[in-house]
Amino acid sequence: MAGMHKSEIANPVLNWIDSRLPVITMMQKEYGVFPTPKNFNYFWNFGALAMVNLVIMILTGIFLAMNYQPNTELAFDSVQRIMRDVNYGWLIRYVHQNGASMFFIVTYIHIFRGLYYGSYKTPRELLWMLGVVIFLLMMATAFLGYVLPWGQMSYWGATVITNLFSAFPWIGPKIVTLLWGGFSVDNPTLNRFFSLHYLLPFVIVGVVFLHVAALHIVGSNNPLGIDVKGPQDTLPFHPYYTVKDSVGMCVYLMVFAAFVFFAPNYLGDPVNFIPANPLQTPAHIVPEWYFLPFYAILRSVPDKLLGVCLMFGSILLLFILPWLDTSPVRSARFRPIYRILIWVLVACVVVLGFCGARPPEGIWVILSRICTLYYFAHFLVILPILGKLERPLPLPESISQSVMGGGGGPMPSGAHAKPMEKA
Amino acid sequence: MRALRSMIAGVLMGGLAIATPAVGPALAAGDAPTPPAQNWSFDRIFGTFDLAAAQRGFQVYSEVCSACHSMRLLSYRDLAGIGLTNDQIKAIAAAVTVPQGLDDQGAPKEGPGTPASRFKRPFPNDVAARAGNNGALPPDLSLLSNAYLNGPDYINGVLTGYSDPPAGFTLMDGMNYNKYFIGHQIAMPKPLSDGQVTYADGTTASVEQMARDVVTFMTWAANPEMVERKQMGVRVILFLLLMTCVTYAVKRKIWADVH
Repeated sequence: MAGMHKSEIANPVLNWIDSRLPVITMMQKEYGVFPTPKNFNYFWNFGALAMVNLVIMILTGIFLAMNYQPNTELAFDSVQRIMRDVNYGWLIRYVHQNGASMFFIVTYIHIFRGLYYGSYKTPRELLWMLGVVIFLLMMATAFLGYVLPWGQMSYWGATVITNLFSAFPWIGPKIVTLLWGGFSVDNPTLNRFFSLHYLLPFVIVGVVFLHVAALHIVGSNNPLGIDVKGPQDTLPFHPYYTVKDSVGMCVYLMVFAAFVFFAPNYLGDPVNFIPANPLQTPAHIVPEWYFLPFYAILRSVPDKLLGVCLMFGSILLLFILPWLDTSPVRSARFRPIYRILIWVLVACVVVLGFCGARPPEGIWVILSRICTLYYFAHFLVILPILGKLERPLPLPESISQSVMGGGGGPMPSGAHAKPMEKA
Repeated sequence: MRALRSMIAGVLMGGLAIATPAVGPALAAGDAPTPPAQNWSFDRIFGTFDLAAAQRGFQVYSEVCSACHSMRLLSYRDLAGIGLTNDQIKAIAAAVTVPQGLDDQGAPKEGPGTPASRFKRPFPNDVAARAGNNGALPPDLSLLSNAYLNGPDYINGVLTGYSDPPAGFTLMDGMNYNKYFIGHQIAMPKPLSDGQVTYADGTTASVEQMARDVVTFMTWAANPEMVERKQMGVRVILFLLLMTCVTYAVKRKIWADVH
């Protein structure tokens, strides 16, 4: 198999490179002419947006790290020095701080897109599982990063979350000591959290590469959830989807900018403006908003170990989702019952978010229990049974036929409601 | 249409989820009533700091608050941000004595401050601060305005919220009753009384006036970049709005031949 790649690039310099390392041919194939279903809606922007967000986080993070001091005596003030004395330090930091929230907003919508349109189903199971790995890495990175400013909520958040591991019998306390690098959250903890917070984003880049590679093997799902039947169903990625992603990116950057410039601390906890004080516990320790649903699941049961298992389980069960959902139909558009239940799930997660922000007492405990129960029932009980019972609507014959029929717009009912084969 | 409706519902739900943390800490205030919301010069998208108020606030801080409260993150040079001239800043800095490293015998040396000096702290350390204040630590004021939900309203409420305790309320020894302070018992005695400072610009120094002024100063101190940030934000958003329109037009044109 040795020998040079036969490059078709006209430019002699680029041809010389491409013959020896066909990166240009690869980009051409994967991002130029790459056949992409022609019926994407704007939900299909969010993967690209997440990628852009990751790059923004890494770039701003590198410049923050040049000015940050991972030492308990200096960390808080070094962050304030970035805010006050480093040229445009406030901009870099507020972009990084709000970028974390934007990353989760974008990723949660991306995950919802996958759930709604059944993107996790065969042949995209591994693609989905790599996505769950990215999500877990993101959560770890966000948690580690939140500790670095060494405010009150940084410190006490780190204390609560690392202590969760102590729930595991036998090895639990040893894990906690290892995480802390000592016998309490202290300087060694901050040092290793900083090191890991710098490392994990690059691990995410690696898994994102695999995620995209897997995507380009099996191809994208689409809002109809049916397979691409031929060239008439697809468009080249460029210019059609580069321009459509650009529209989404402008809107996304506008939302991002609105937070950064006009409400940079809206999503943060005011208590983190007070330097960490191991002798004074804040009245209510709450994680950042993007962890609240999982925090509510953790607190919904009185047993610590069970709570920890439920919290981790709520994410880990996403790994087996492709096998829990027994319906052969991908898109919720053709699943009359699933299309309702997916919104019940979303409502439950939102309610769990509210519960996580409240002290665990009274109505909030009851609500978080009900919603936790539904969350697990949705995946573990309803999805396996629903696939057998639900009568899906007839699927359109092909993407192009549905698009020609004006899919989505006002159209005579039954325009594409002929009985079809299942996906 | 159904997809559109789903999407709108999704956005609304997302919005609610985002609003969650902002609601959360409000309840953390416990039984203290919410302090009345004030109109601040720095509110809203185009709000800037009322520099005259911030300068009066600096006077209140210097003459009253700084007896107990530090502002350790600020340097005198930062005062240019509330419109003081270099000469004014040099004069203010020179009036305090700050440590200046070691003399040639190796003994600690002191001398007049410069614009680069940090604000002089009233106590050398937290232990001394507690010892001088009946065991209570006066918090640093550099970021205090950001450290509460609706911080400016809250601090304004506390500064103006001193009163006699209601019947049946038992105050602990050395504590003071405050309507808006979380838990109602505050170690700080009523800090402001009418006419306590004499404003150079002739403004009547009522408790309300001084509270508003010092809150404006503290909010500036916690967010010195705010005006620049908002001005840049307006330009960035306008640019992105234009780019969205242009990109969308290009998208329409490119997609015109599909279907």
